[in-house]
Amino acid sequence: MNFEKLNNMQIAWRAAQDIQDGAYVNLGIGIPELCARFQPKGREAIFHTENGILGFGDAPKAGEEDWDLINAGKKAITLNPGASFFHHADSFAMVRGGHLDMAILGAFQVAQNGDLANWRLGKKGVPAVGGAMDLVHGAKQVVVITDHIAKDGSPKLVEHCTYPLTGIGCITRIYTSLAVIDISDKKFVLQEKLPSISLDELQSLTGAELHFEGAPDDLKAPKLGH
Amino acid sequence: MTKVVENTNQAVRDIPDGATVMIGGFGGSGAPIELIHSLIDRFIETGSPKNLTVVNNNAGNGQVGLAAMIREGMVSKLICSFPRSVDPVVFNEAYEAGSIELELVPQGTLAERIRAAGAGIPAFYTPTGFGTELAQGKTSAEFEGRSYVQERWLKADYALIKAELSDSYGNLTYRKAARNFNPVMCMAAEKSIVQISKIVEAGEIDPETIVTPGIFVSNLVEVPAPVQEEDLMRAKEVYP
Repeated sequence: MNFEKLNNMQIAWRAAQDIQDGAYVNLGIGIPELCARFQPKGREAIFHTENGILGFGDAPKAGEEDWDLINAGKKAITLNPGASFFHHADSFAMVRGGHLDMAILGAFQVAQNGDLANWRLGKKGVPAVGGAMDLVHGAKQVVVITDHIAKDGSPKLVEHCTYPLTGIGCITRIYTSLAVIDISDKKFVLQEKLPSISLDELQSLTGAELHFEGAPDDLKAPKLGH
Repeated sequence: MTKVVENTNQAVRDIPDGATVMIGGFGGSGAPIELIHSLIDRFIETGSPKNLTVVNNNAGNGQVGLAAMIREGMVSKLICSFPRSVDPVVFNEAYEAGSIELELVPQGTLAERIRAAGAGIPAFYTPTGFGTELAQGKTSAEFEGRSYVQERWLKADYALIKAELSDSYGNLTYRKAARNFNPVMCMAAEKSIVQISKIVEAGEIDPETIVTPGIFVSNLVEVPAPVQEEDLMRAKEVYP
């Protein structure tokens, strides 16, 4: 099958269009971090990092890093005006107390009932969970950005997760390289798809049935390089 | 009254074999490297302390700090959320060899278990981990239609802490995001040992800005220009 797909920056751009003005948002390590670059004009979100900062900004210039100013991925960051520091228990009180408006996370698999697997691929190697299991239960809205299929071609959107779970029934929306899909009543509901892919093709790349509420909109994103 | 001790060697001299030791920091930020290195010096000289249970968010990085403690064989068990780093070879080898036990705890649960210990709360319920392998064997309960996992407090004999400023009473402030686990670990340990960039006279820190009140602090030691683990890592330093 030959079809276009969005690259990681474009998926992040699309997800960023749904971040509301004034929202408190946690971005997962890796691709989700890219969302911060694509906030629509006129909107200002406040980004949370688990290690105790609200209101951080871009990476500093090389050579200007302060290693007491890092994000959850342990990368150097800067502060925006209005930033604040707090300790770890307060940081996770923000998460678990339901104070964050949105968490945007990566995924190995998402099931049609909203289960997420994103912390461990199997029994091999050293397990590491970090804040993933807290974040999936904390934010008012927990969404995933991901490639539609895994590198080996297998679907990442599935009936049941086969990898170890991060949380059950926690995901409400998925932004993929091909589509935007909501989870509602334990079903995948297609909201947007790339115009270049047919519904049959999209279904064949999805591990569970796609449902519809009317015809899906076109998924659009500007050209963005890696 | 003073909580100030002369140097980092003196500060860590009483930690016994088999102790549970909390170590502050998130990666290198807020990690009390000088206290850790003094503990390693003591172990190399005397063979003690060993069989330590260490509580930290991570599992060390490179060949300094906590990673060096693990490499030297001082740590028999690690309680952490994310034993992965840029250079995790020391922990990975110990884990694969079966020479270190790992208790993996979700990060917020780790912070809250520590806070609960400091606040005298033996158990609490959280949605984190419900339905996952990390909640297996734990009590669960439903509140207002939602399922929660029971988690227990996490106490320690000692905490090794890094802060920025203190007065002689142990009232502490921290530097930027180096605060992280340090304040809750101060509360949860029987004895908290704090390395401080600068110790000032009582009254010199505005009480409005104090993050950790001195009641949670046992000992203070001044380390005027503390190293950053990240800088040691980048210089590929090996300790000792």
